[in-house]
Amino acid sequence: MTSAPGQTVGPFFHYALDLDRGNELVPPGSPGSIRLHGRVLDGDGAPVPDAMIEIWQAGPDGRIPRATGSLRRDGWTFTGWGRALTDTDGRYTFSTLEPGPTEAGRPPFFAVTVFARGLLDRLFTRAYLPGAADRPAADPLLAGLLPDRRATLITTREDRGLLFDIRLQGEGETVFLRYPRHGQ
Amino acid sequence: MTTQADINQEIEALRGTGGPQPRLDYPPYRSSLLRHPTKALQQADPEVIELWAPCFGHSDVGALEADLTIQHAGEPLGERIVVTGRVIDGDGAPVAHQLVEIWQANAAGRYLHQRDQHPAPLDPNFTGVGRCLTDADGTYRFQTIKPGAYPWRNHVNAWRPAHIHFSLFGTDFTQRLVTQMYFPGDQLFDLDPIFQSITDPKAREMLIATYDHDVSTPEHSLGYRWDIVLTGTHRTPLDPEDDR
Repeated sequence: MTSAPGQTVGPFFHYALDLDRGNELVPPGSPGSIRLHGRVLDGDGAPVPDAMIEIWQAGPDGRIPRATGSLRRDGWTFTGWGRALTDTDGRYTFSTLEPGPTEAGRPPFFAVTVFARGLLDRLFTRAYLPGAADRPAADPLLAGLLPDRRATLITTREDRGLLFDIRLQGEGETVFLRYPRHGQ
Repeated sequence: MTTQADINQEIEALRGTGGPQPRLDYPPYRSSLLRHPTKALQQADPEVIELWAPCFGHSDVGALEADLTIQHAGEPLGERIVVTGRVIDGDGAPVAHQLVEIWQANAAGRYLHQRDQHPAPLDPNFTGVGRCLTDADGTYRFQTIKPGAYPWRNHVNAWRPAHIHFSLFGTDFTQRLVTQMYFPGDQLFDLDPIFQSITDPKAREMLIATYDHDVSTPEHSLGYRWDIVLTGTHRTPLDPEDDR
């Protein structure tokens, strides 16, 4: 069956899709919490202030979260999913936990979806933990990319967490993904 | 100064050049110029996390959130409508108990959003945001009012056809979809670069609801039906961990 086409999220999604603590998968500052953040940039390197980023991830033990509650956070339940809107500087921020490997030997990553005004369909990408850079052969996607392209998928370690910029176009353009069932 | 005639020419030149999904590189939609990737999407086999989707439940969404006409003291102005349909995956299986979010302009074509500067009236009785969970059969249902068309600044005299924004999740991460539902027979279809960014006419039709008199309710609402097909799931039904 042909799937329904996507359409841009448009300019007016904030009041509908901004969730209370949507970007706080765990409370900021709680044990083990990290900040995953970065900027969304356009082809001129200018910030994209009307983008929305979603992440979906395993817990630190590599388990897939099956708990509900992402829209009404209770502060205790790790649902593995979050949504952040970019600010006027194009910056998004999550408070979360570092994912563990879902399979032994595979480098963990955050699965990321990108939406924006001007972007006609959502984009998928991955934000790998920094260790992935040391052994790209352990991951089929990373292994198949040239080093400069690969680097766009790997987060940078900082004092309080991880930095992951998303470049929609041009110099350092982030690698965006197509999955097999997406068709041609 | 770009006119509608200029945009029409650009739309015409790009007809049929894309597949069933919108072209990300679609210059008639000016905001896309610097916001589309220039490199081909990288083919990736889903890893374990991508074979699963986030779970939402009744703790996330209240039953009343599917009715956009009861969120204020009074009733919103406009033509009352019901929009219902099924969310199914690319293999025809229902997407059960999953989150559907919608947002839309009011009957006058104005969003309750600080960046919407269109000088049409706001409706104190209409926010234009709804949520629900699909049932076991993948069915969703919203009670709302028909949104108005509205102008935007892509070019001179640019107007968006009336639409409702939909945000959908599947049973695996790769099925995530944000799209727009349109109403049948809209005169603005041919003029709208966002709709026409899907250059395959058959695919565009998938975003147009049908009027369904069986969904209309006597003395109250007109009814529209819109089924939404997501991409296929990558999980096999034999997956022992599959808890669906």
